[in-house]
Amino acid sequence: MEKRVTFGRWTIGILFAVPQLILIFTFFYWPAGQAVYWSLTLQQPWGGGNIWVGLDNFRSILANADYWNSITASMIFAGISTGLAMVIALVLAALTDRQLAGSWLYRVVLIWPYGIAAPALALAFRFILAPEAGFMAVVNKVWPGFWDPGLDGADAMASVIIAFSWKYVGYNFIFFLAALQAIPRSLIEAAAMDGSGVIRRFWDIQFPLITPTIFFLLVINITESFQDSFGIVDIMTAGGPANATNLMVYKIYSDGFKGLDYSGAAAQSIILMLLIIALTIVQFRFIERRVHYR
Amino acid sequence: MVERTPILNFFTHLILFAGFVFCVAPFVIVAIAASHNLKDVNDVPMSLLPGSDFWVNIKTAWTTADLGPKLLNSFIMAFGVAAGKVIISALTAFSIVYFRYPGRMLIFWLIFITLMLPLEVRIVPTYAVVANVLEPYQTIMNLTGLSWLIEKISGVQVQLSLGLLNSYSGLILPLIATATGTFLYRQFFLTVPDELTEAARMDGAGALRFFVDILLPLSRNNMAALGTIMFLWAWNQYLWPLLITTDQSHAMAVTELKQLIPNVGGAPEWHIAMAGTLIIMLPPMMVVVLMQRWFVRGLIATEK
Repeated sequence: MEKRVTFGRWTIGILFAVPQLILIFTFFYWPAGQAVYWSLTLQQPWGGGNIWVGLDNFRSILANADYWNSITASMIFAGISTGLAMVIALVLAALTDRQLAGSWLYRVVLIWPYGIAAPALALAFRFILAPEAGFMAVVNKVWPGFWDPGLDGADAMASVIIAFSWKYVGYNFIFFLAALQAIPRSLIEAAAMDGSGVIRRFWDIQFPLITPTIFFLLVINITESFQDSFGIVDIMTAGGPANATNLMVYKIYSDGFKGLDYSGAAAQSIILMLLIIALTIVQFRFIERRVHYR
Repeated sequence: MVERTPILNFFTHLILFAGFVFCVAPFVIVAIAASHNLKDVNDVPMSLLPGSDFWVNIKTAWTTADLGPKLLNSFIMAFGVAAGKVIISALTAFSIVYFRYPGRMLIFWLIFITLMLPLEVRIVPTYAVVANVLEPYQTIMNLTGLSWLIEKISGVQVQLSLGLLNSYSGLILPLIATATGTFLYRQFFLTVPDELTEAARMDGAGALRFFVDILLPLSRNNMAALGTIMFLWAWNQYLWPLLITTDQSHAMAVTELKQLIPNVGGAPEWHIAMAGTLIIMLPPMMVVVLMQRWFVRGLIATEK
């Protein structure tokens, strides 16, 4: 879409874009380029510049069991937390969309968790799920040793997933509800006249019509599970126990800033970038499909 | 509601109520834990009746983590990001939508691509950009090898590198450098009728005049939505402030949470930790509750 009426003095026009261009050049393109450069070079230990090593950084990372462990952990985390957050949100949104008495309350309240900073909710859940105080302690009293995120990797992963899903249920809920409410009421009513029940209507009318939203949220949730998980992991488990929750962004951070391995961290960043770019491209393909729908 | 379905309605209420509890329970537990004393908070099971030490704990958390100045820092940063985003995105969108110049589509795509890579992913090199204050021009020249680019780059580097670690600009500027808001404005500007522009031009208004007097007042809703979302997003940033603010005087409230985690082997002071969590949760909660309309609108519009 283009404007028919524009302003003639295009030199002024470019000036309006300059602040943004300077910013994205300095803080986006330059660092992104730098990451590519570092990933292909190795920094000398006591200064003296970088030496070109080609794809060696990638080779050594991909040969590293810790890295594959981190990828696996990220995938498990992304898969389960996205699944949980989306299914719970969809159920709640579909039920809220029935607009029974009091549904305004859910519309207002269910979004609250999304406003909370990931580290803050992580600290809250660290307490709620703590094995010796909090609420899982009750379970531990009945079955001693049942739950200990500090020692058991699966428990730690479960805690991180619970905290993340809690935040994103509200986010997904808003989008699902908006999508459901955009479906013309007359469609639902016509189906009801034809004798279909609530559940039948959901699967045959509402669900197909909101598939674009589902795909969109799928991509967003997976991307966010890569980034927004950092605060949760850092506060709740610090990547432990035994690297069980060492997700990709957390590993980049600890390798780059604690291990001071810039080249390795840069190579990991590049792999993560490619992953996210691939996801974004998938997303745009579905957005295109959404255009064809209407 | 198109038919009578009493059983289904019962389950609808039941499930929705469970969802409500699921959302609210953590807030309630945090608030209750913050009101207990050391012994009660570690009771198994913890009593769900509020204790009497709420204000004492809040005060202790406040002084332990020195939250006063940190909350102020968080406010400055979040306001800075929100304001910067609202202004810079509007300028860029205006340029892209209302002018025809060579390279316009290139600029559009250059900005569009920034949507793809979040700060967390390119965190190490972005940190280096902000940190390498004394990186000499020569290094950059050697790295790039293109003379015209060097002029551009070194100019930028000199201006922006100095003193960006532990400074508000170092915190704020990299967070503004994405495209989120630009596309929100672009979508809106495209819906503004052409007749309005024609009328303004006929009355002798130039580009700047039209932008300030007509376009910006029309975009008030977008600004509120974008500002709310960006404020929350910036307030909740964790990784970036953690790296940039090594100096306590610039620390953010959210990064202070780490100081509140009870030490292994020390007294499990969960009541203090929860009181601190509550304080840090409160400002974004207030924004969400008070600005809910703008928040939801911004969320859906920016797809953030």
